[in-house]
Amino acid sequence: MTAVTEARHTAKSPPGRGRPRRGARRGAWFLVLPALLPILVLSVGPLLHGVLLAFTDAQSGRTEPTRWIGGLNFTDLARDTLFWESFRIGLVWAVGVTVPQFLLALGLALLLNQDLRLRWLARALAIVPWAMPEVVVGIMWRLVYNPDAGILNETLRDLGLGDGRDWLSGLGTALPAVIVVGVWAGMPQTTVALLAGLQNTPRELHEAAALDGAGAWRRFRTVTWPALRPVALAITALNFIWNVNAFALVYVLTNGGPGGRTRLPMLFAYEEAFRYGQFGYAAAMGCVMVAVISVLLALFLAGRLKGGDGA
Amino acid sequence: MRTRTSARVGQYAALLAYLLFLALPLLWLLSTAFKPPRELGSLHPAWIPEDPTLANFRQAFEEQPLLRAALNSLLAAAGAAVVAVLVATPMAYVMARHRTRLARAATGWVVVSQAFPFVLVIIPLFLVLKNLRLIDSLPGLVLVYVVWALPFALWMLAGYVRAVPTELEEAAAVDGAGRLRTLVSVTGPLLAPGIVATALFAFVTAWNEFFFALVLLKTPEKQTLPVILTHFLGAEGVADLGPLAAAAFLATLPSLVVFALIQRRITGGLLTGAVKS
Repeated sequence: MTAVTEARHTAKSPPGRGRPRRGARRGAWFLVLPALLPILVLSVGPLLHGVLLAFTDAQSGRTEPTRWIGGLNFTDLARDTLFWESFRIGLVWAVGVTVPQFLLALGLALLLNQDLRLRWLARALAIVPWAMPEVVVGIMWRLVYNPDAGILNETLRDLGLGDGRDWLSGLGTALPAVIVVGVWAGMPQTTVALLAGLQNTPRELHEAAALDGAGAWRRFRTVTWPALRPVALAITALNFIWNVNAFALVYVLTNGGPGGRTRLPMLFAYEEAFRYGQFGYAAAMGCVMVAVISVLLALFLAGRLKGGDGA
Repeated sequence: MRTRTSARVGQYAALLAYLLFLALPLLWLLSTAFKPPRELGSLHPAWIPEDPTLANFRQAFEEQPLLRAALNSLLAAAGAAVVAVLVATPMAYVMARHRTRLARAATGWVVVSQAFPFVLVIIPLFLVLKNLRLIDSLPGLVLVYVVWALPFALWMLAGYVRAVPTELEEAAAVDGAGRLRTLVSVTGPLLAPGIVATALFAFVTAWNEFFFALVLLKTPEKQTLPVILTHFLGAEGVADLGPLAAAAFLATLPSLVVFALIQRRITGGLLTGAVKS
């Protein structure tokens, strides 16, 4: 996010702004320390420690000392078909949530940027999923999906669309059902961010383009999208990362079931660490996740940046 | 003219679909919370309870220590919000005003920290807190929440600092005010709304947080609301739907109120952070 917009800032800011004054550096340390210390001790430290743990046989509640076992956890992990299955599910989930979420949110943001009645209601309602605890979102959708007392099956019956089913327990339906909830939970936030980005686009540009006879699609491609790109890029990357790291929603909805069909990597690692006490092994999973996220994001950002230069 | 009308119709249809998608699950939660057991067991559930009752709310409080959990959540969230803002404000100031290597590293960290899988951090954190005897304690959870809230707090606050014109600070310096004096009496008051918004945002994130609370808190009397809520689900997913819905509804209210107050400021803060940092 920052890297992308860094250049713009330096290019645009008036000269002399933000230039360090004399003595500022010495004062800066004093101001930075209160935040830096907890970050180092409780964030950077644990992260590095976590990477080290991945190379040990650390277990919870064991009395013998922890031993360094090199890459053994990783070779075990490479052979762990359950892990790769959860990995695959995690990717399907993350893409399955992020992409529809972005497309729907983009459409909605464009819609809500129009002069429509009831627009205020859509904006007001959008706050709710955003502010709701994920646990509550999960509980709420369990009530909706409930095979007997849920409203989804009742509605389907009323519409004559079959007898309904147990969505969250069906082998084929569980993952799609969970993905729908993921989209529901994150879409408002994405919409609001994109809407804010849209409102930063100068209106005159649109009017000028319209006067030149550009159609809606052309105006979108030449005026709206270039202005929206930084925000869209940032929110999509963040959404993707958040989705890869998702836990609470699916923990509440299915706890990984049925038969592991919705066992996201985080659920798998959580069980490995805090149910079976395999700290080292779970840390190795964390490392693999970091590596994959980094590579995917790098590819994504590189591709998007290149695409943008050509436009 | 005809194309215009049909475009309008399409727009309103899309808007309506969005509103229904957003609102229906919420309405269903509400409806379930107020239904007596007889209607909950019905094979043809209805949107509006025929015989609305508050019994589910009473039962929810009887089944689980909801008040205690709400108090725990309140303490953890308020503690995290206050501490996070106290330590983040000075650093955000430095990040916004001085483009030093440190400030740049801090900004980079804000972005990178979003990408951690929590599991990689939580295991060592669990071990550290265990050594400090802070496992299963609210102060331990507050510490974790502070660090967890810091990236966004720094991001938002730095955006607010940038919105304060440097000219004002320079003017104060010319008038002979010292550096600290300038910060406290000139910049501080201008930042106050931003600081409040950031604190409330940290409050909501901590109030809603589940994963760290699940791992770090074991005694039921110490657990926060989201963790206690999952106890309603019971083993094998068999749940008492009425009290579950009632408790879930209550747990949402505080963050909803807080969020409604600050929503505009958050979008503003995030956006200035994103575009200007």
